[in-house]
Amino acid sequence: MSARLYRLLYRIRRVEEEIARVYPTDRIRSPVHLSIGQEAVSVGVCEALEPRDVVFGTYRGHALYLARGGDLRRMIAELYGKATGCTKGKGGSMHLIAPERGVMGMSAVVGTTIANAAGYAYALKFRREPAIIASFFGDGATEEGVFAETLNFAVLKRLPILFVCENNQYAIHTHQSRRQGTPAICQRARAFGMPAEQVDGDLTGLIQRAREVVAEVRAGGGPAFLEVMTYRWREHVGPGFDYHLGFRDEGEAAPWIVADPVARLAAELRPTERARIESEVAEEIADAFAFAEASPFPAAAELTLDVFKEEHHVAATHREAGAECW
Amino acid sequence: MLQPLTVRPARSAGESRIERTLSYADAIREAADQEMARDPSVIVFGLDVDDPKAIQGTTRGLLDTYGPERVFGTPLSEDAMTGAAVGMALAGLRPIHVHIRMDFLLLAMNQLVNVAAKTRYMYSGQVHLPLVIRAMIGKSWGQGAQHSQGLHSFFMHVPGLKVVAPATPFDAKGCLAAAVRDDDPVLYVEHRLLHFQQGPVPEAPYAVRPGKARVTAAGEDITVVGISWMQVECLRARHYLAEIGIRAEVIDPVWLSPLDLNTIAESVEKTGRLLVVDTAWTCCGASAEIVAAVGERLQGIRDLKLKRLGFAPTTCPTTPSLEELFYPNARTIAAAARNLVEDADTGWMPEERPELQEVAFRGPF
Ligand SMILES: Cc1ncc(C[n+]2csc(CCOP(=O)(O)OP(=O)(O)O)c2C)c(N)n1
Ligand SMILES: [Mg+2]
Repeated sequence: MSARLYRLLYRIRRVEEEIARVYPTDRIRSPVHLSIGQEAVSVGVCEALEPRDVVFGTYRGHALYLARGGDLRRMIAELYGKATGCTKGKGGSMHLIAPERGVMGMSAVVGTTIANAAGYAYALKFRREPAIIASFFGDGATEEGVFAETLNFAVLKRLPILFVCENNQYAIHTHQSRRQGTPAICQRARAFGMPAEQVDGDLTGLIQRAREVVAEVRAGGGPAFLEVMTYRWREHVGPGFDYHLGFRDEGEAAPWIVADPVARLAAELRPTERARIESEVAEEIADAFAFAEASPFPAAAELTLDVFKEEHHVAATHREAGAECW
Repeated sequence: MLQPLTVRPARSAGESRIERTLSYADAIREAADQEMARDPSVIVFGLDVDDPKAIQGTTRGLLDTYGPERVFGTPLSEDAMTGAAVGMALAGLRPIHVHIRMDFLLLAMNQLVNVAAKTRYMYSGQVHLPLVIRAMIGKSWGQGAQHSQGLHSFFMHVPGLKVVAPATPFDAKGCLAAAVRDDDPVLYVEHRLLHFQQGPVPEAPYAVRPGKARVTAAGEDITVVGISWMQVECLRARHYLAEIGIRAEVIDPVWLSPLDLNTIAESVEKTGRLLVVDTAWTCCGASAEIVAAVGERLQGIRDLKLKRLGFAPTTCPTTPSLEELFYPNARTIAAAARNLVEDADTGWMPEERPELQEVAFRGPF
């Protein structure tokens, strides 16, 4: 059990560290919002989900994509802008998708996927499918109007959806206390009529609680809300750190780093087992980056493909005068 | 009484005469009904779609036939409900989201522009987004600043959205069916005054193919393009122009995106004159786009006279004395057309003919 979880967590951590390492070479030309320090939220909640379940996330979505089993090669290729990327270089780091793994989208506009997730949940319920939705978003997103509107709709229709607020206490450089009149995010969720609870970043506790809550949602209990406390180690966007900016200090991060689930799980493993996992992960990451490096950029014709289903219309408009209407 | 604008299903096979007459509002209702009967993934929602007034009758009976899971009124949450519509469409449903005023779409712009329009592209074609947004443009009886706007050009501007503005009951039905069957998001623009128009509508289901304009009246002297309700005003203007010997060719673009530039440009190549009349402002509007596109296409090929008409460049007032001045109408359209044809400010304004003015709408709403 812990070996498997360790591989999941460690793999995400190492992938993002490698992204950060490569980033200054400018071969990755996509803004990256790293989840380093927050991996346990995605891993913990996804542990409680089934393959048929569906998730929506945010621009900080590498961890969610990987926790759901999204293809690593295609993710790295996407960051490199290559034709082999999970969206052929059209979406980039902030719009990862893996429909075969139930990863149905991520948005660069804060809060937007919360409503998309609820609509998807409506469709699942409408079709009497046993699947549920998990909608991931940050503490900042709870300040958007769409958050309140969606929670109301989800309760009204008793949608099979789990809202997961990844509370890292910051929206870019601004602490929650400077943005919210009261930090009581769960109380706000409860006011709409759904159960809500705050859990700390401990992976085992999170998995257990997520399983229980997911079971209730799946049983038709309607929406539920989890606020998972966590901490972002790196800068908001980019490969580096931001402590020098002065809005937070390393002292604030220290307890989170001490409690790091990656290190904790590592300590539980036999050294040989740990070494095996780590070398396999290293190999896989090296392979994914090599794949991305070696992949071609998309052909120029891709520029106007996928605007509409009828590609030739788009191409015709683009060619302008003389084009036939379809 | 003015002859209703008759459209024959020229591009659908079979019958050439349609016996049945239906109002535009009933044509919308019938299209929704038939599409819902045909495809169980079609659902209709929006503020008050299930209330006793049933959106001027356009959703009447749907709740009884298809039940509250497929037809439901929503909370007053345009943003989230549009986002939910996107999620439903991603999951394979075909939502029709209804807004009684286009002005309210401004609360849904993020989901429409940032999400719906972008989804297919940013996910490289791996998902479909079969979403229909019905939005009404209000006019008359003091609708005023926030209940009267024609904002369709906002959506024409953005790749990934289709925009249709049917002007006849025939197209109201066929375009709604086409929008529902389309795998991309379609903004369906209906003018409140058009709801009262009567016209021939086949009973059997049919779809009007996206991206094709209609020449609604043939002429040699000037091409007049009328968008949505302005199509009706342009056909009226044609009667005024006929009195003074000017033969106007009138075109209904029907689809604003994809726009059938070929049909319009072909006509202008013949007439050398283009007047585009929109039920919206002209600045950066659909009329600006059409005039610019025709100009680009025909410059150097043909001498051209170009003009746009639309809302006065001000906020829509409520008092009838000013509201009357805010909108183009058949007479001001005719006057502008004559000036273009004679290449002079003739000062002419036709004597009002009551049968070319009648409007069925009275308030309060
Ligand atoms: C609607 C919107 N407003 C502002 C931004 C700029 N922005 C990007 S991320 C971010 C902070 C969001 O914070 P939170 O929801 O807590 O997520 P986190 O970045 O901490 O994961 C902001 C304000 C945006 N992308 N979208
Ligand atoms: Mg945050």
